[in-house]
Amino acid sequence: MLNITVDGKKIKAREGEMIIAALLNAGIRINRFTSKYKEPRGFFCGIGQCTDCIMTVSGIPNVRTCVTPVEEGMVVETQYGRGEWG
Amino acid sequence: MKRCDVIVIGSGPAGLSCSIEATGSRAEVILIDENGRPGGQLFKQVHKFFGSKQHKAGVRGFDIGLQLLEQVNKLGVNTLLNTVAYGIFEEKTVGIIKNEKIEMIQGKKILLATGAIENPIVFPGWTLPGVMGAGAAQTMINIHRVLPGKRFVILGSGNVGLIISYQLLQAGASVIAVVEAAPKIGGYQVHASKIRRAGVPVYTSCTIKEVKGGKEVEEVVIVKLDNSWRPIKSTERSLTADCVCIAGGLHPSIELAQMAGCTLGFSPELGGYLPTHNENMETTIQGIYVAGDTAGIEEASTAMEEGRLAGTDMAQKLGYLSQEKALGKKEEIRESLLALRSGPFACLSHRAKINILQAMKANRGE
Repeated sequence: MLNITVDGKKIKAREGEMIIAALLNAGIRINRFTSKYKEPRGFFCGIGQCTDCIMTVSGIPNVRTCVTPVEEGMVVETQYGRGEWG
Repeated sequence: MKRCDVIVIGSGPAGLSCSIEATGSRAEVILIDENGRPGGQLFKQVHKFFGSKQHKAGVRGFDIGLQLLEQVNKLGVNTLLNTVAYGIFEEKTVGIIKNEKIEMIQGKKILLATGAIENPIVFPGWTLPGVMGAGAAQTMINIHRVLPGKRFVILGSGNVGLIISYQLLQAGASVIAVVEAAPKIGGYQVHASKIRRAGVPVYTSCTIKEVKGGKEVEEVVIVKLDNSWRPIKSTERSLTADCVCIAGGLHPSIELAQMAGCTLGFSPELGGYLPTHNENMETTIQGIYVAGDTAGIEEASTAMEEGRLAGTDMAQKLGYLSQEKALGKKEEIRESLLALRSGPFACLSHRAKINILQAMKANRGE
């Protein structure tokens, strides 16, 4: 097991799994809020095609959490609109 | 710039089969996939395949995936994983991104086996977290081993909707309803019976009117439909659920084919727009081939045969396979495809594929 941080909260993740799996396991289903109407979005396709599950990961916005594996110490943040480079 | 005989984009059943066929004839192949693991969607298919023994009936999808990977490894196919093919340019050059770096590779032949994308069905609330493609739910439970929710409503009773309902039950979720707009269940009886025996209700002539929830799915409102598929007033019913799976079919992933300038045709039976191709899976651009769901939504079994067909034709045209040998092989593969497309559902694909071949002939001015 390894540790990642989601919006400041520490959660456990299995080595090799995708970020989305660790999030769902922790009961987190909202990945981002849209730019214009600030609507919540969660994953839709789960295989990297639709980009609905993008979040800001270790300072990089628009990372597809369904096809990006977890890494020890990763900092995952809910993305607002287009996100910001950290 | 790296050069090779054949570039295969996508390592699902079609891409793997083409790579095996072409490499087996000594063509130099580069196989590209954006994922960290080859196999495409085979590894989430935990159910047994149908058809004849020749088509691996009774074997589970992931076992078929393992068999293909074993062959690929044995043959030593040059496989680039975590590599995105972002574009196709002049003279069969493919732009790839690997380790955040751009590279160009050039092939004499290219196979586009990029698969398909799930169709959304839109209703108020369809963008709420908790609404997902049925295949997405399948990826979560069978690949990532995590449940995206507890109480599921499935929209669509085709084989995908039925199989995923059953697999969700196996994974420990509650499936509270399968909702189907048509007056009868779309998929095979054997799958429908399994979920009916497990006590899951299937509501036919019914659809989702609305999904409600503050920030996530909390409630699903279903409504009855009349003979013209219009909602019937005051027949709404509210279900408490936290997940909705949309099993509304798939459409071919054709972006690279469009970029390459391949002529497209529209085929409702095969999922929408797809590259027009000939009996060897070659598109209207010479040397660019398609196979699997990119060439029309069908099954993994047909995808493998189409991949083999493309690989055989490439090997022949590149001079690695005698005409006689190639023709014999292609004949055998086409017979196999015909057998696969002879069932009550699959015969529709067969007819649609004949239309595509005719469109190809018209395109060539024959």
